[in-house]
Amino acid sequence: MNVENYIYLATLLFALGTAGVLLRRNALVVFMSVELMLNAANLAFVAFAELHGQLDGQMASFFVMVVAAAEVVVGLAIIVTIYRTRRSTSVDEANLLKF
Amino acid sequence: MTLLETSVRLLPAVGMFTWAWTMIAVPLAVAAFLLLAGKVADRWGHFVAVGAVVYSFSIAACLFAEMVGMAPDHRAVDAPLYTWFKVGVWEFPVGFQIDQLSILFALLITGVGSLIHVYSIGYMAHDERRRRFFAYLNLFVAAMLTLVLADNYLLLFVGWEGVGLASYLLIGFWQHKPSAAAAGNKAFIMNRVGDLGMIFAIGSFLAQVGTVRFDAVNSMIGAVDSGWATAIGLFLLLAACGKSAQFPLQGWLLDAMEGPTPVSALIHAATMVTAGVYLIVRSHAVYEHTPFASMAVVIIGTVTLLLGAWIGSSKDDIKKVLAGSTMSQIGYMILAAGIGGPALALAIFHLLTHGFFKANMFLGAGSVMHAMDDDVNMRHYGALRKELPITHATFLMGYMAIIGVPGWAGYFSKDLIIDAAVEFRWFIGALAIAGAGITAFYMTRLMFMTWWGKARWRPGVHPHESPKVMTWPLVILAFFSVVGGMLMFWWIQTWLQPLLGYHETMPFEPFTSLPGWATLAVVVLGVVLGWYTFGRPEVTIPIEAPKANAFVTMGRNDAYADAIMDVAVVQPYAALGRGIVGADAHLVDAGFMGMGTLLQGVSESLRKLQTGYVRTYALTMTAGVLLVGLVMILSRMG
Repeated sequence: MNVENYIYLATLLFALGTAGVLLRRNALVVFMSVELMLNAANLAFVAFAELHGQLDGQMASFFVMVVAAAEVVVGLAIIVTIYRTRRSTSVDEANLLKF
Repeated sequence: MTLLETSVRLLPAVGMFTWAWTMIAVPLAVAAFLLLAGKVADRWGHFVAVGAVVYSFSIAACLFAEMVGMAPDHRAVDAPLYTWFKVGVWEFPVGFQIDQLSILFALLITGVGSLIHVYSIGYMAHDERRRRFFAYLNLFVAAMLTLVLADNYLLLFVGWEGVGLASYLLIGFWQHKPSAAAAGNKAFIMNRVGDLGMIFAIGSFLAQVGTVRFDAVNSMIGAVDSGWATAIGLFLLLAACGKSAQFPLQGWLLDAMEGPTPVSALIHAATMVTAGVYLIVRSHAVYEHTPFASMAVVIIGTVTLLLGAWIGSSKDDIKKVLAGSTMSQIGYMILAAGIGGPALALAIFHLLTHGFFKANMFLGAGSVMHAMDDDVNMRHYGALRKELPITHATFLMGYMAIIGVPGWAGYFSKDLIIDAAVEFRWFIGALAIAGAGITAFYMTRLMFMTWWGKARWRPGVHPHESPKVMTWPLVILAFFSVVGGMLMFWWIQTWLQPLLGYHETMPFEPFTSLPGWATLAVVVLGVVLGWYTFGRPEVTIPIEAPKANAFVTMGRNDAYADAIMDVAVVQPYAALGRGIVGADAHLVDAGFMGMGTLLQGVSESLRKLQTGYVRTYALTMTAGVLLVGLVMILSRMG
């Protein structure tokens, strides 16, 4: 098994997530893309932990999971509230916080 | 005239001398009391004020008596009180130097001051702010005594400013009159110009000598660079010009006549305006090292004595004639002080006799105003001799003293000064003699217009003699106007000799010297001219001032001093002020405002970046992360 392949996969997933965040308008999809980026990072952590033979990377991935779970709670709550008030989940329409 | 290096040894104060400070403290405390007491003291406060000055006078008289009994070189006494403050190597003591010079001043201030206080009881009887008036008078006495008794220049400066304050308060005492309020301001502001010289002089003393004590300055000034000595001499002269109304700072004295007449007599004739003479005599050691500054003093004195006489000859306001005359007489004193040597004592001698006869005449003028419903225009007077016999008699004594009738006070002091001036430079002496002639002319004019000739009273005016409380001080001052010269001329030069350190005294030789005869001739000429112009029976003096020639018109307008000051100083100064305001608005403010506007504009355009589109922010962030990553990779590679 070649560890490098996991790195490539993680990079690919991260790039996909980034593209999703930048290109999609639906807040839920953007949100899922963010999750994808987080999990790509987790994969990279675990792969590097295997590469170096240490447990630090695996521990970091657990932290990321916990933070991601908390972030999901807050993020979804915001999205639901925005949907209730504006009847839309498009991130481009929630643009009142500006100059 | 060769001069001694003067280093006067001051003895520590013992006995009575340790009480000298109460001369100042008592009037000061009474002034504070009267100002704070309120209406309670309205009915009797002025008696307390008179008591305070009489107390100071009695202390001064006791000290003088004690001093007379001592050996000549043991008379200068130092009474230190406490240290005011210390800065680095400089220490500023509060202490009093009671010596031959300051005791004469203290006697004049408290003696004439007491008489004027008594006179004021009558003069201000109907003024509802009488208590305040007496409080200010006492404040003045305390400040003036501080000025003359101080043993260093800084404490002298405290008194110097104190008399300036008292003068300002009293000139503007009738502040409901805009002219009086303006006159007070004018006096105060013009005095500030002189004070600048005083501050420069004190600073120079500290820098060059390292102390401001008179005795130390006197003994150490010889070691100071002559350029600095000249500068200090000129600074002190500027200070003296401001306080003593000498050219070119003379303008305030004529306006100062807006104050109540006792104030004019006490402050603007007998005492405060002579502070400049005191300063120069006290600083004689400085002038011994600087012929240039001494010459400047002589010239200023000569110019002022002629200018004052000129103004005095053309005014119709009796008080302004006397004010011009005061300027002129102080010019004589400054002239004598500039000549130096024994003439220093003559300056003080003339100062004392002038204090008597000019206070006498000012109070006499006040008595006339009292009789004429406060009218000061001499064209509305005439033939008052019969209505005010006592005032007339006392005024006549003052008149004879000032023009220098042999035997009267002014004769001794002025003739000696003229002798000294002739000996110094013949042309200065000639101008001083001419001044004596003009003095005789304008005083004769005043006498004819006020006392003699025909009555030109306004309708409804009923002249009457003043009450006894006002005439008694006049009688006493008239007495000293007659005998003051005889009392003093034979000892004053030897009295001041140990302190002022000249070798020989000026002999008094009446009727032998050419200048003496010339002066007498010129005085007689002035009197005859005055009689011819204003006193002949066929002359009628018009009630309205007639159109006059340019010379008289110029004198009536104070030699256009105000206009010249306005063009030369006030307008440029105002223009400078406006220029500074303009520079502030258009340069400094513009810089700051421009900076603000620039920042505002930049932020106006920068805030456009906040679009509110989340994906734009995300893109920016991604680009930023990529940039950072790129930099890291490139730096690793390099």
